[in-house]
Amino acid sequence: MTGRELITGAKNTWCPGCGNFTIQHTLKNILALREKEGTSLDDIVLVSGIGCHAKIADYLNISSFYALHGRTIPVATGIKLANPDLTVICCCGDGDCYAEGLDHLVFAAKRNLDITVIVHDNRVYGLTTGQYTPTSPLGFRGRSTPSGTPESPFNPLELMLAAGATFIARGYTRKMPQLEAMIRAGIAHRGFAFLDVLQICASFFPATDYYSQRIYDLAGHDRADFSQACDRIREWDYSGDAKIALGVFYEKDAPVFSPGSANNPRSPGQRAAAVLDFLKTRV
Amino acid sequence: MNDISVIIGGKAGDGINSAGAIIAQLINHLGYSLYLYFDYPSLIRGGHNYAIIRGTDRPESPGTHALDTGFLLALDQATVDQHAGRQQDPAAIIFNADLVRSAGQGVPVKTILQELQAPEIMGNSALIGGFAKAAGIGWDVVEGVFRSHIPKAADTNLRVARRAYDLLKTVKAIPQGNNPPRPLVTGNEAIGLGLVQGGLDAYVSYPMTPSSGVLHFLAAEKDRFGITVLHPENEIAVILMALGFAAAGKKAAVGTSGGGFCLMTEGLSLAGMAEVPVVIVMSQRTGPSTGLPTYTGQADLRFVIHAGQGEFPRFIVAPGNAEEAVVWSARAMDLAWRCQVPAFILADKTLSEGTYSMPFPGDPGLPGAISGWDGDGEYRRYAITPGGVSPLAAVGTKGAVVKVNSYAHDEDGITTEEAGTVLGMAGKRTAKEESLRRELARYEQVRVSGSRDSSTALLVWGSPAGACTLAGEALGLRVVRPVVLWPFPGDALRAALGGVNRVIAVEENQTGQFADLAAANGIAVSDRILKYDGRPFVPDELVGRITEVLR
Repeated sequence: MTGRELITGAKNTWCPGCGNFTIQHTLKNILALREKEGTSLDDIVLVSGIGCHAKIADYLNISSFYALHGRTIPVATGIKLANPDLTVICCCGDGDCYAEGLDHLVFAAKRNLDITVIVHDNRVYGLTTGQYTPTSPLGFRGRSTPSGTPESPFNPLELMLAAGATFIARGYTRKMPQLEAMIRAGIAHRGFAFLDVLQICASFFPATDYYSQRIYDLAGHDRADFSQACDRIREWDYSGDAKIALGVFYEKDAPVFSPGSANNPRSPGQRAAAVLDFLKTRV
Repeated sequence: MNDISVIIGGKAGDGINSAGAIIAQLINHLGYSLYLYFDYPSLIRGGHNYAIIRGTDRPESPGTHALDTGFLLALDQATVDQHAGRQQDPAAIIFNADLVRSAGQGVPVKTILQELQAPEIMGNSALIGGFAKAAGIGWDVVEGVFRSHIPKAADTNLRVARRAYDLLKTVKAIPQGNNPPRPLVTGNEAIGLGLVQGGLDAYVSYPMTPSSGVLHFLAAEKDRFGITVLHPENEIAVILMALGFAAAGKKAAVGTSGGGFCLMTEGLSLAGMAEVPVVIVMSQRTGPSTGLPTYTGQADLRFVIHAGQGEFPRFIVAPGNAEEAVVWSARAMDLAWRCQVPAFILADKTLSEGTYSMPFPGDPGLPGAISGWDGDGEYRRYAITPGGVSPLAAVGTKGAVVKVNSYAHDEDGITTEEAGTVLGMAGKRTAKEESLRRELARYEQVRVSGSRDSSTALLVWGSPAGACTLAGEALGLRVVRPVVLWPFPGDALRAALGGVNRVIAVEENQTGQFADLAAANGIAVSDRILKYDGRPFVPDELVGRITEVLR
């Protein structure tokens, strides 16, 4: 399909000022560019979880699987393995894929599955109206932790590096051209591409000033160097006062996950013959 | 009816299952159809394992074992201590003379292995050779079975077996049976074969007894069948990956037991709402919770019928033996995709891990190809149709924006909370149950065996089929067995029970779950014979319990 409307007619219900608008707009730009380059948009599939981020499945006019909270990645795994020619993009939330579905995220990185995971990391649960997430800062006062969370956040980039991700980046929704370039690079990367995208939650964690004062672009960084990547990733622990680097921290070539032969088509007749051949070994 | 029964027992790690498989093949080649029951505790080494092989010269597998045995093969003392009491003829006890004290015939295993410089693992071949002689099995049969079924070092194994064969005396010769040798498969293998016949592209599973045999079998044979086999991080991932495969146009099935299925229920409800087909192999073991991992039960019927939040149609079939497992697993694949519903193959340890004689399967009798999207106009994933089934297009289809959605959605797959659309879509999903019933009408959903004109019927489902059939025959009772459990086959069941005035439910659970379901559908059940100690019903025991009820 060419020349399609890239945004559906669904009513947009994100709060004014929400970082999700930027991510949607960025993806729309990427889709438009791909179409201009002659790539069919029918070959792109978006998988979203549940949360404010996930409404993007209703809004972008491409094939999508609006899945369950935390379960984007297993759905994306099935789709990618069933049809490796598809470009599969996961839009996840931080509560979604760092809390409810963390196991899947770690395993997709471990497998080096060839998908792109974009985490809309606003560091708070929006749709359930303001609870702490795994990346909320220590002491975050949410509706489930009114006196401040006693848990320190984990650093998702550090976790992904340890798990074996082969493309690790951090973006920020107020740095849109950089974000667009990084998502394009993530999609082009053969293997598991992970992007933690910082965004504000206009209603429950409006942290624009905090980010504006700390962000800077990675420069002079060797993204092939694991130790250097590790050091830079650990500069900011998602809680303290450190500077926050944006950019691609790590990238490496590695074999992508490709376990089987689902694409080996067999007619019903060939199937029946294979079954009979097997049974002959059991007489 | 010529019936033979052999027990082989030893410690876990002694290779009882593979020795049992060789003995089963010997009996198969003597012209008997058979069932092998494998009893083992949930551990890797030590403990007492045994296999009971029951052969009959009728064409179909008995699907059950016997407690009284004709031959007892003891690799350890526990085998003699536990089973010799049910032994009909003490002379037919064949034992490892180095480790076991018993009446009967001892095989000097250590001496034989030393003389032939054979490794210790070939000790079982000595016992099997001794058994073959005691049972009067011709050496040509032993040689043929060893060459076909012991892939490594068949010559050395044969020399070991021959030495014991020459040492022992024939106690009672098993008469030649009437059957040609047939394939021997476990229920789990039969399920795998049926899935393949039904068009399986991918099998996704996390290991859990007693379902793991399907995973192991399909993983070992994936290249033969041209399928993908995946073992992901947990059962939550398992079912969601399967739904991903289905959304992208590949047919996937998953397998688990009760605990793993608990983790799948969220994904099951998603399959119901998003109308993504999936086949779920649910093999029951004794619960609740971890329960008895390696023992059987039928206590998850209610769970499978009701699992998942919300209301949506599903298909549940409970094959009674390997032959039915092949046919109905193929049909389950077809029905799941034809009606876009989750389809369950409800098995248990008795079926999954038991070995059955089975005829070579014919055509599973599936109707023609399933029609998809015709490519005209804009694709609507959830287009309203009279039967509720919307044309299916995979993500990645040219010219189609395919929107799959777990939220309440409109025909395009866009989220909605509009009351009228919510109602319309609920009605569309429900309509698929009627479509499912129409598709099922071409199949025999309820089986009848035993004395067909008896006015007393045993009502049974799943693997106790074999024990009930033999008990029904012994007592002159009708045996009525629904194979399709959901949608509840009320009409077929009432027809099968025509002229019956007393229904006795036989189930391996504590409450009579199917009996309650029957009662809720207006079928009065007067008695319930229940067993829930993890061990399957056997005919002799069942005859006793039925007789008690009828007294």
